[in-house]
Amino acid sequence: MSAASKAGHVERGHVDHGHGHGHGHADAGSHGSFKDYMTGFVLSVILTAIPFILVMGNILGNDRITGIVIMGFAVAQIVVHMIYFLHMNTKSEGGWTILALIFTLTLVIITLAGSLWVMYHLNTNMMPQHMHMG
Amino acid sequence: MATHATPAMNFEPGRNPGVTIPQVDPTTFYDAKGEHHPEGSTMLGFWLYLMSDCLIFAALFATYAVVGRNYAAGPSPKDLFDLPLVALNTSMLLFSSITYGFAMLEMEKGDLSRVQIWLAVTGLFGLAFVGLELYEFHHLIHEGATPQRSAFLSAFFTLVGTHGLHVSLGIVWLVTLMAQVHKRGLVPENKRRLLCLSMFWHFLDVIWIGVFTFVYLMGVLQ
Repeated sequence: MSAASKAGHVERGHVDHGHGHGHGHADAGSHGSFKDYMTGFVLSVILTAIPFILVMGNILGNDRITGIVIMGFAVAQIVVHMIYFLHMNTKSEGGWTILALIFTLTLVIITLAGSLWVMYHLNTNMMPQHMHMG
Repeated sequence: MATHATPAMNFEPGRNPGVTIPQVDPTTFYDAKGEHHPEGSTMLGFWLYLMSDCLIFAALFATYAVVGRNYAAGPSPKDLFDLPLVALNTSMLLFSSITYGFAMLEMEKGDLSRVQIWLAVTGLFGLAFVGLELYEFHHLIHEGATPQRSAFLSAFFTLVGTHGLHVSLGIVWLVTLMAQVHKRGLVPENKRRLLCLSMFWHFLDVIWIGVFTFVYLMGVLQ
């Protein structure tokens, strides 16, 4: 807590001369410019169109590779949205938003990877042919 | 929390006429360390709400990932999903995101009527999205692909339905804010509310990226 909030003080010390962290950031950091929104929009359109074309046209010819590629595009588009639409950066709220995001992403990855991992092994081990083998 | 304010709170008029009461600004409050908390903490609080909402979707995505291929001899994603419709739906949500962005830019300039116009356009795109999704659901149920049919369909309807419900409530919120802005103008409170809804709206678009990639596109691949 103290280390992070001190970091927040240092970061915005030049903005409001240290009389309270996060002061005035709602007017400073949370909006983008017209250019930001348009950049985000154009990138999003491209990053949405390519996966749809890849899947609908079966361009790559291999479902497995297509799956991995479109997952990559999704991650890229999520990052684009975070930066250009949600205006995420490491400085907003003295770093607390990015910290909450990292914590949430950690939980999301544990939830998704953990569920798949556990249930895959459960399914495999509960297959009828394994019952008499083991 | 509000330790500095306690003398003022215990004050009863007429009891201690000689005691001078320190003037405490009622809108100012301090935490245990005496650090001033600006109003901007609403944004952080709302961000934390969005993160908790993200965890709800993570649980629903995980459920879909686990049971998404248990068709119970029923229809599979390949039989059901209509990708051109999903692409249209995706574009509706993407357009609504950029038009909300335009509303935010007009809010910065203080142009009330343009804020209202862009908010209305955003709401219409949102309605188009929900409408297309309801059409899709209706079509699926009509074909016998109801939520009760298989684990895959239960997980599908729960995940996509929860997202659709979020968008629907976002539209209700949007209309409420349009009424507020119409009545009170672009006062700081309304600006704060519009910023919160902006985060909510863009967040739903982020979730939709996961839905169309993971549920629809990956579903058709397998």
